[in-house]
Amino acid sequence: MNILSKWLREYLPALDVDDRQLAEDLTLRGIAVEGVHELPDGGHLFEMDITTNRVDAMNHYGVAREAAAIYGLPLLTLEDWRVANVEAGPVPVPDDDLSVGEYSLPRGHTLSGLSDANKKVAPSQADAAGHSVRIEAEDLCGRFTARVVRSVTVEASTGLVAERFAALGQKSISNAVDATNYNWMAMGHPTHVFDLDTLQGGIVVRRAHAGEMLRLLDGSTKLLTIDDLVIADERKALGLAGIMGGWDSRVTEATKNILVEAAWFSPTAIRASSRRHGLHTDASHRYERGADLGACASANQLVTRALEVSCGGVADAAFTDVTVAAWEKKTRQRPRVTLRVRYTQEFLGTTIEIGESGNVLPEDKIEQYLEALGCHLRPSVDGARFEVNLPSWRLDLEREIDLVEEIARVYGYNRFADTLPSFSGGVTALPFAAADAKVREVLLALGYTEALGSTFAGEADSALFAQKAAVAMGNPLSAEAGVLRPSLLPGVVGMVEQNSARDVREVRLFEVGNVFSGSTETVAEEPSLALAAFGGGVKTRTIAAADALFFEVKGAVEEVLGRFVTPALLWSGADLPAWVEPGRGARVSAGGVVLAVVGELSIAEREERKLREDAVFAEVYLPALFACPLQQPSAVEPSRFQAVERDLSFLFSDAVRWADVVAAVRGLGIAEMISLEPVEIYRDAKGKSVAAGEYSLLFRMVFQSGERTLTEQELGGWQESVVGALTGIGGRHRAPEAA
Amino acid sequence: MSYELPSNIDFSSPESVSKALADLQAAFADEVQAAHSADAREHFRVRWFGDKAGLVNRGAGAWIKAIPSAEKREFGAKFNAVKVRLTEEFQAAGAARSSATMAASLDLTLPGTRRGVGVEHPLTRTMREMVAVFAALGYSVALGPEVETDFFNFEALNFPPNHPARDTQDTLVIADQSSRPSRERLLMRTHTSPVQIRSMIAGPPPLRLVIPGKVHRNDESDATHSPIFHQVEGLCVDRGITFSDLKGTLDHAMKAFFGSSVKTRFFPSFFPFTEPSADVQISCPFCGGAGCRKCKHSGWIELLGCGMVDPAVFAAVDARRVENGLEPAYDVSGISGFAFGMGVERIAMMKYGVGDIGQFYSGDMRFLQQFA
Repeated sequence: MNILSKWLREYLPALDVDDRQLAEDLTLRGIAVEGVHELPDGGHLFEMDITTNRVDAMNHYGVAREAAAIYGLPLLTLEDWRVANVEAGPVPVPDDDLSVGEYSLPRGHTLSGLSDANKKVAPSQADAAGHSVRIEAEDLCGRFTARVVRSVTVEASTGLVAERFAALGQKSISNAVDATNYNWMAMGHPTHVFDLDTLQGGIVVRRAHAGEMLRLLDGSTKLLTIDDLVIADERKALGLAGIMGGWDSRVTEATKNILVEAAWFSPTAIRASSRRHGLHTDASHRYERGADLGACASANQLVTRALEVSCGGVADAAFTDVTVAAWEKKTRQRPRVTLRVRYTQEFLGTTIEIGESGNVLPEDKIEQYLEALGCHLRPSVDGARFEVNLPSWRLDLEREIDLVEEIARVYGYNRFADTLPSFSGGVTALPFAAADAKVREVLLALGYTEALGSTFAGEADSALFAQKAAVAMGNPLSAEAGVLRPSLLPGVVGMVEQNSARDVREVRLFEVGNVFSGSTETVAEEPSLALAAFGGGVKTRTIAAADALFFEVKGAVEEVLGRFVTPALLWSGADLPAWVEPGRGARVSAGGVVLAVVGELSIAEREERKLREDAVFAEVYLPALFACPLQQPSAVEPSRFQAVERDLSFLFSDAVRWADVVAAVRGLGIAEMISLEPVEIYRDAKGKSVAAGEYSLLFRMVFQSGERTLTEQELGGWQESVVGALTGIGGRHRAPEAA
Repeated sequence: MSYELPSNIDFSSPESVSKALADLQAAFADEVQAAHSADAREHFRVRWFGDKAGLVNRGAGAWIKAIPSAEKREFGAKFNAVKVRLTEEFQAAGAARSSATMAASLDLTLPGTRRGVGVEHPLTRTMREMVAVFAALGYSVALGPEVETDFFNFEALNFPPNHPARDTQDTLVIADQSSRPSRERLLMRTHTSPVQIRSMIAGPPPLRLVIPGKVHRNDESDATHSPIFHQVEGLCVDRGITFSDLKGTLDHAMKAFFGSSVKTRFFPSFFPFTEPSADVQISCPFCGGAGCRKCKHSGWIELLGCGMVDPAVFAAVDARRVENGLEPAYDVSGISGFAFGMGVERIAMMKYGVGDIGQFYSGDMRFLQQFA
């Protein structure tokens, strides 16, 4: 929404700050001016950004009222403004209409008509003098005003209206339609003009009939439901109430006589209808956020007068104004709100300025600001509270706290001090904070970089990478994001794919995030950890190049799991998930609980994803892992005696696994053997130095005692028993030189 | 290093004595050549020239003690000559070694070798740093589910059903919800604020919580918007919490995070769950407020949304507490509080100069490793 500063100033003749200062002061009070653009006429165009709760301020008069409150200046009534700026002359205001006076409250003006019980509410059938109007759907329409303007000449707008439309970037349609839009920008109440001669009989505001068709101003034809509200004549629907007028009754250059409508509709009805038809218009925007029921008559008067001026028409004396009492109560006659002075001051806290009552908000400001915004305050006898009447254009104000906010806002937030509340209560850590931090620390140290991925996955990927069924989204972002990720793997696999496509040679990533399972009825959500490794595996004397990446990830998983107190880890190659290349992965369990899956991506998937090299992935099930306590470090005095290394070389059949070697050696129960590690594994593809189906294993034992120096004799004995044990599982000892 | 002083020299035989001295010198010559490294050389020095246990001194001592006294003087002179020669030889070997070092000196311009370290994600890092600031102010971390019910995400936060305020937070919903009661419908949380509600239902005041988390909105992606993003939210509820306390807390937190010279200013704003509501700008920490690209030459950067907890939120919390069989604990006649929230991506983008928000979720190693 845009504002012309010159137009704004018409309502505030006493305003003497310059446009830039005005823009800044408005912004600091929540009526944000996002941009200030200089215009050839010396004024400025303000680009406004006003929060959705403040529809009342999305027009020139509304912004002017804010400025009046900020600076404590008098605001012209709309009628005084019209007289001063549009045209002088007799104003055909019906006796019972109070809205022009009510609508714009200059300082000191009282809301006499508003709260009084004798306020005249017209019956649902207007008097015969005006155009007949009947509100049939009283639950959806609160007020409807109508006046006829005759003998108009419809043509292009000229003069001030045309200039201002151009400056504001508003499309000019014709002088008649422009009059409604001009008034909309002036004071924010939507109005509509009908070609009177296309109407048959009186106006009826009713629900649409099921299946009723209506052609709208934009040329589209809508199929209506009984939840749509229409403005109709005796014959048919003329327009979609509060949203858009109809095609058949539109004002054209041929139009001679016009019916001006200014009405008020139920916000929820307009919102539902606007959404149903996908029609978001200026009018629907205002109505669905709450228009001013009290402004209908003055809006109608202002448009009527504008039509007289710009189209040369003559308004009928008769004015029809039908109000539904129930809506009158909910808008113009809302109950008073009690505002406690002390509470307001205490709630807002310390001010920077120190006044008579100390550094709290001065009491007189409370009254001044609220009156300027259109409230009427009646102080209690002891002065401790005010009974506050709320203005009909501020449906967002309902409660004491709403008024407190208004006071703080107009006073200026930055005039409050910066204080710190005293602290009571302790700081608690999340149950798994330490475990989570440890997992991250380990992985970062191992060279895995943290990634964050999408919460969603495609259905095919989910089925491939997760055992559990995925939960479907109702309005997915895309086809590839159709379900809540049941596993982190689809995400990290995709990342590896992207990296590979960008010629990144080496990827080490991990992600910690939530995964989802269950049903659309009940979604289960739990944390998970994924690892991804691609490229750069380093072969060692024990690990062949082709297996290097797997063992690197295995190492990382071991390191992570090793920080927790778990039952013995079991690495099983049985029953692997479908994404794992057969024979190239493992499930890791401890005490019968699966803690992780590690595996090489299947060749089929690798090719599908155009990965040039092996990629190894792992997923660690954090709830199962976090159920295990973290290892608590405890110190053991390092031995002061020399450690002795002994290497042995054996030939084994491929059927003998390292775990078999360990079991055989450890089975000897040599307490002084503090370490047993493979040093080199060798297979000869040609079967020369090592026969096919066999491998040579060089391993290292380290012996150390905490109490004494080991003797050659002991060492020799142990070595001999190790050789014996390994011979027992089919090994053939080789001379040390062979290693 | 098998040489050891012989213990069975026949000092009556000059041949035997000469051989012992020759063996000593031969062993020395062998070992001095092998002592290349500084460590080995030091080891060598101690072995041969050590004050008490060194071979040379030990040899002198043991042999002179064993030799017949008539020949002591002559042998002493001989041994001394050997000792001088050995010392010279040792020094010469040292000099030769250092010139060899010069010839094969290190090319110090070659890059060092190392294992690449892993890098924490810039969003995690930003959240961790934010959380740390509030932890120091006595805030505990709270977390909540990413899949929420309408009640926690909207209704309890004073977004009534069909209210226009919901338009600002377009929501991703779980499938098959239309037949369920409105408040039970499942959706992706659009903000971390439902954790406020869950925490207040779970426990009475005082509360000081900092809530980092992932949130989702049904928004189009562009360079600065992502349907997936992160927030850090805070909640402070106690007796007598004031609007100026909110101001002071956030001013302090921004100074702690961006540096003590940063200033804050507050603008009225609108959030359904706070009242009064404010947007907070900080003076640009990059240019000190003079105007730069990061602050779009305004000198100020908008960073936070905040406000005093709306009484309707407290009322919704107490209603649910009662439903759950708990005592109401958030009576607004005594209790007040404030809440605030900020977008993590926005802060990280600004702080690290990231141009495209999508990079945060790309898993691109080249991008992520810049944040080491």
